[in-house]
Amino acid sequence: MEQYAVEMLHITKRFPGIIANDDITLQLKKGEIHALLGENGAGKSTLMSVLFGLYEPEEGEIRINGKPARIKNPNDANDLGIGMVHQHFKLVECFSVLDNIILGVEPVDSLSFLRKKRAREKVMEMSRKWGLHVNPDALISDVTVGMQQRTEILKMLYRENDILIFDEPTAVLTPQEIDELMQIMKNLAAEGKSILFISHKLNEIMAVADRCSVLRKGKYIGTVNIADTTKAELSRMMVGRDVKFAVDKEEARIGGEVLKVEHMTVASKQHANDAVKDVSFTVRQGEIVCIAGIDGNGQSELVYGLTGLESLKSGTITLCGKNITKAPIRRRSRFGMSHIPEDRHKHGLVLDYSLEDNMVLQRYFEPEFTNSAGFLKRKAIRSYAERLIEQYDVRSGQGPITMARSMSGGNQQKAIVAREIDKGPELLVAVQPTRGLDVGAIEYIHQQIVAQRDAGKAVLLVSLELDEVMNVSDRILVMYEGEIVGEFDPKQVTVEELGLYMAGAKRMEVEA
Amino acid sequence: MILLLQYTLLFASVLMLVALGGCFSERSGVINIGLEGIMTVGALGGALVMKFLPVEAGGAPLMILATIVASAAAGMLFSLLLAVAAINFKADQTITGTAMNMLATAAATVLVKAMNTAASGGSDVSSDIIYTRARDTFIVRLGNFEFNWFMLVALIALIISYIVLYKMRFGLRLRACGEHPQAADSVGISVYKMRYAGVLISGLLGGIGGIVYITAGVSSWKFENGVAGFGFLALAVMIFGQWKPIKIALAALLFGFFRALGNVYTGFDLLKNLNLPSQIYNMLPYIISLIVLALTSKNSLAPKAEGIPYDKGSR
Repeated sequence: MEQYAVEMLHITKRFPGIIANDDITLQLKKGEIHALLGENGAGKSTLMSVLFGLYEPEEGEIRINGKPARIKNPNDANDLGIGMVHQHFKLVECFSVLDNIILGVEPVDSLSFLRKKRAREKVMEMSRKWGLHVNPDALISDVTVGMQQRTEILKMLYRENDILIFDEPTAVLTPQEIDELMQIMKNLAAEGKSILFISHKLNEIMAVADRCSVLRKGKYIGTVNIADTTKAELSRMMVGRDVKFAVDKEEARIGGEVLKVEHMTVASKQHANDAVKDVSFTVRQGEIVCIAGIDGNGQSELVYGLTGLESLKSGTITLCGKNITKAPIRRRSRFGMSHIPEDRHKHGLVLDYSLEDNMVLQRYFEPEFTNSAGFLKRKAIRSYAERLIEQYDVRSGQGPITMARSMSGGNQQKAIVAREIDKGPELLVAVQPTRGLDVGAIEYIHQQIVAQRDAGKAVLLVSLELDEVMNVSDRILVMYEGEIVGEFDPKQVTVEELGLYMAGAKRMEVEA
Repeated sequence: MILLLQYTLLFASVLMLVALGGCFSERSGVINIGLEGIMTVGALGGALVMKFLPVEAGGAPLMILATIVASAAAGMLFSLLLAVAAINFKADQTITGTAMNMLATAAATVLVKAMNTAASGGSDVSSDIIYTRARDTFIVRLGNFEFNWFMLVALIALIISYIVLYKMRFGLRLRACGEHPQAADSVGISVYKMRYAGVLISGLLGGIGGIVYITAGVSSWKFENGVAGFGFLALAVMIFGQWKPIKIALAALLFGFFRALGNVYTGFDLLKNLNLPSQIYNMLPYIISLIVLALTSKNSLAPKAEGIPYDKGSR
């Protein structure tokens, strides 16, 4: 029997200005979980798009089960038994779970009327067999992200795919859901499915994969057995140098109060209860205050209220002694607030603008970039963007004129960080600044945040990652159901203790 | 009273046909502002058959069939403009539709005027088509009530639309293309083909709606007027009906009622005694549509991907 389910041999794919895949070889054994590791922009997505027939490679050969294959579109891939869970789910929100699973391979009678009963039985049977719990009649828009992902997995299984690709599947899941997914992947592999697991989270790769292939800047670095390697070695292969997992920082030198929030209440868009309930806290110069908590406990709304994206129901916000409770966003920005938003596509960048235009989004009207007649000074904008790109190492295909949409997530984030920090803020509000980023970029962004603090700025960090909370912050506030239920010194608290507060099992009265 | 019912059903039939057409197009992801133009061209196709096909040739059945086929074919042909521009050339769909509306009335006027001028040797330069005898074949008198075969056509269109959209494979795929074309594409559905199908069906239904409209109350039509904004009213019906066939039918009845009121209000003493100018009644459906849309468009359930040209490469 053929040993390999998928062989991608010497694949080269070029785009204007960049070689996305340069002579890459990837061999997936039958029944194994094979991790594909690389930083953002290393070429993982391009390689998978080649396998899926979305791009045609200039050079190289693809073999499926030993036979050379020409894959020209996703249908060919599907016919060869290849299925994929995309990072951004390909689900129709207003369809039921069942409709999404059968879409494209609908069971129909001779008049092409839908026959859903058989499909439902098959789905329920698979659901039981693999432990993929779903409600087939629920609408996708009403179910959890975890169930959406299980729907995607069932989509592949329903099509009887044997080669399963998971593109960064854990980015959107809670820790419990991640554990479940890992178990499901192991079960699938045990049943003979071959799994390709694209990730940059080393812990997960170490936990679940059999082998790991590493890409760096479009080049193939090597393939290792997980049993014979360490996290440190993998990260060295991925980044090309040693990576520090702990953040180096000096003792905090705390100064005066920069931000003071008193009795803030913000209404919720989802339900009748308030999302943020009577929250008070301060952030001082030279400290990083971290708001920890499980996703959906009011952190997002707190930031919306603080940054002016939503108005407060009650309470006051004071920034550097000025009351900004009702100030518009631009005035908050000019008073010294910088914001690295949670959703970089929605609130961070104009995706169809060039990088240089994105760099001056909040400042284009300043005399530096606009002359007295109201025309933009394109030269000044260009040179400003070039300086930021250079200084913050923002990588893109065409420099300042690259469309933001075409950049990798990590570099989009770096561009936002560059813009927000270069403004010279008094207060930096960073919301999940490292979400979805690889270790190299995470390290870099943490360094930048710590540098701001050491320069005497105030930093408010909102994070869901406990590692980040413990490593970066000087003070931790835990949010649970819209309230601050605990305040901690990271040096004197354990992750387990924090977890109890985050889950609502314990609470203390916090003085603002 | 019977007259009011008759006109309500007739105008509701028009709105239902055209709005259902729009529904197919928009559910596939293509905004169809050009319904007005499609109606005009469909009306022209049907009117020409009614003018030139002798009633004696095959009696009522042939006349009805030929008229419907001609209107549908003309509407589909014209809707191809939208399909090619919006799907192949990724043009802005709103602008394409607007251009179609302007083109349709102008082209129909030129064509009919040229035809009339040639036939009369220059004494008739109007843009009118007269179809008195042919029109009678569509009508069955049931006491005082004039049943029009088009009412049945609209009802059949409604039932078929519902079944196709919700009970058949085609409908599931069509709706997927309007909501999340990338998802549809990733499971091997040809988004381009489905969108072509959606637009052509809107041409078919819109074209039939056109002929029903111009034959509803009168025996001749001045093509300079296009279809007097009824295509836009049908768009309002579609939006008010939340892109769903059953709700569209109800919305069509509501708007059809107000339109019918404009025709027959003089039959009601109460309304007549108000002494309002007739223009007020004629304006009613349009005013109502403004109010209704202003109040309801906030929680619109429009297909998410409508109006966005599908491009395989974009993420």
